[in-house]
Amino acid sequence: MIEAGHFAAFLALALSLAQGVFGLRGERRLAGMTAIAAFGLMVFSFLTLINAFVTSDFSVALVASNSHTLKPMAYKIAGAWGNHEGSMALWCLVTLGFGAAAAGLMRTERPLFEARALGIQGLLSLGALAYLLFASSPYLRLDPAPFQGAGLNPLLQDPALALHPPMLYLGYVGYSFVFALAAAGLMESRIDRVWAKEARIWSLAAFAPLTLGIALGSYWAYYELGWGGWWFWDPVENASLMPWLIGAALLHSVLVTEKREGFAAWTALLAVLAFLFSILGAFLVRSGVLTSVHAFAVDPERGTLLLMGLLVYGGFALGLFALRAPKLEGGKPWTLLSREGALMTNNVVLIVAALTVLLGTLFPLIAEAFGRTISVGEPYFNLTFVPILALVLVLLPIVQGWAWGRADVKGWLRWAMGGAGLVAVFALLGVSPMRISLGAAFGFALGTWLVFGSLWELKRRAIRMDRMFRLPRRVWAMTLAHLGIGLFVIGAVAETTGRYESTLALAEGGSGSVAGWVLTLNEVRAIEGPNWYADRAVLTARKGRQNATLEPMKRFYPAAMMPTTETAIHKTGTGDLYAALGEARDVDGETRWVFRVYYNPLVDVLYLGVVLIGLGAMLAMWPGRPSVKRAEAGA
Amino acid sequence: MRARTRRLFTFGIAALLVAAAALLAFFALRENANLFYTPQILAEKGLPEAGREVKVGGWVEPGSLSYTDSGTTLVFTVIDNSPHTIRVGFTGVAPDLFREGQGVVATGSFNPDGSFTARQLLAKHDENYQPRELKPLEAGG
Repeated sequence: MIEAGHFAAFLALALSLAQGVFGLRGERRLAGMTAIAAFGLMVFSFLTLINAFVTSDFSVALVASNSHTLKPMAYKIAGAWGNHEGSMALWCLVTLGFGAAAAGLMRTERPLFEARALGIQGLLSLGALAYLLFASSPYLRLDPAPFQGAGLNPLLQDPALALHPPMLYLGYVGYSFVFALAAAGLMESRIDRVWAKEARIWSLAAFAPLTLGIALGSYWAYYELGWGGWWFWDPVENASLMPWLIGAALLHSVLVTEKREGFAAWTALLAVLAFLFSILGAFLVRSGVLTSVHAFAVDPERGTLLLMGLLVYGGFALGLFALRAPKLEGGKPWTLLSREGALMTNNVVLIVAALTVLLGTLFPLIAEAFGRTISVGEPYFNLTFVPILALVLVLLPIVQGWAWGRADVKGWLRWAMGGAGLVAVFALLGVSPMRISLGAAFGFALGTWLVFGSLWELKRRAIRMDRMFRLPRRVWAMTLAHLGIGLFVIGAVAETTGRYESTLALAEGGSGSVAGWVLTLNEVRAIEGPNWYADRAVLTARKGRQNATLEPMKRFYPAAMMPTTETAIHKTGTGDLYAALGEARDVDGETRWVFRVYYNPLVDVLYLGVVLIGLGAMLAMWPGRPSVKRAEAGA
Repeated sequence: MRARTRRLFTFGIAALLVAAAALLAFFALRENANLFYTPQILAEKGLPEAGREVKVGGWVEPGSLSYTDSGTTLVFTVIDNSPHTIRVGFTGVAPDLFREGQGVVATGSFNPDGSFTARQLLAKHDENYQPRELKPLEAGG
């Protein structure tokens, strides 16, 4: 079976080459057909791989080293992409999938442009497939086949993490087609309204899953690692944040290109960079050049290949950009105080923020080249990334309704004064009676300002409440996304500044407390699962009239010889009471179990915010109804 | 606005922001880039300024692990291939793969007496993963 899949992948490789040749020669129909056929073959190939995992065919080397007969079915399937080779197969599948989808869905009425975009996508597929087949093949057999597999890394046997790679890859790889569109547009020096319409849809198609994928990964780290936090500024996390920031900038800049034919060169550059940063992310994660707290099988040789890919793609696209950018048109005139000016500020800030993340992520490498071993952690990012983004977010509610060309600034000035008043009230409230820090008070004010600002903007555009649901979807999409950012800020500030944490070492019957909750250890019991056994603690938690039972676990997976922490979380309505079980310690002749307990306020608000951003992006992908075109144009 | 003025504006704002960000990043990096210490490096360079966050790496000396503060705090000795050692204290749950004899990287700060108070411990993640900072130690012996 797997041989058929292997063969199909080779055919897909050949067809991708054909797609590239047809496409660049301008044969739209042939390029489209080969794209769809190549995708079909890759789907088949990927299914044979999943089949090998489902049937536990240990004669396939990848299955033997990453699966186990006792593993639950869902994780057998997820195991197909829970490793380097399998995830690269997924990368190829998604690249080809975007090519096939584009072949069927592009509607620009420009056959030569579409053909070239498909051709470039074909070459990107070719690169990915060559890397898969020649540098990280998942199709290899073992002889003799072992009787049992080594099991998937137990940390990865988790629903959020089973879905995390496909989502993230839809995002990363989605930018491959945005890249192809930019290259095709630059080839004919035409980055205009029609181009932007197409590019905007595909940028959203990548941005939405990327957002959700990052959220899933973060939520997994939150409850699975047992460290209480949701973002650690780890290189692997930063690797996904950078394309996200550039993607967010692109979504805003492409609007100017679509509506006013402005920012053409800049938009094309961002479209190229989004994909280059995705590859850079893959390189950072897979090559092992940086220390990460997350487990990844790393291989420096694969890293070199990815770096070469990055240089080839980057060299091609940026070279093309340098040649063609001067020929692009400038668009309609505008003043600084206009929607164009606002979106330009948004873009500059997002890019600068992405660069600070890049610097913080790569700085240890640079320092190492000078013979110093250092690392860069949270304090750096709190001093650079956070204030830079806060700056642009303060402006957001004021400028999001500005008109194209030249805005009526006076009306907005009043609005801004309201915001300043809100901040002042919060700062006073926070610093004196509630005793929160000035930074936290500012954070809450900013989050509230964003939430109110987004809702106010919706109401302003609708004029009357009952017309709100007849607004174009784009307006709703913007509202959802900006509202999401506000909720995210509130949740993030609450969690980082209002978190309580404590370490307890409890004998059975002993108790300790965190944030007003008293936790009592009833017992610790040994239990068994399908492919693990565990110590499970039963804690009763009380605070006033509220009570809850928390059952954190420490699992051991014999197949992988690895323990994992399964935290217990009780949702109190305003936050999470969170407990992780540590090891048993022998203290003064008595056995005590160690617990790390946290009270994390408003974590759900934070994730709700991120999900709203993703939903906003999805909603924006659907075109507005024609009947409201006028309302949109006037907005 | 004429195209030239507009470009001037755009570049002006962008340059200002980039300069501000670069300045921020420079100071943030100078203050917050964590230096890495092994017992040997500590012996060579001496203690860093008080309260500065740094990392300490090495192996957990077998038999050195004990508990204080009614069991909430771990105390252990970090060794490398030199005759020097560092005492490390950590309040919290040790990582899953924390063991005597295994590699560990601790983030925290030195106390005036030369002992180290860790805020975070990282242990070897799995067979494929090794804290990068420890690789030279392993090669050495």
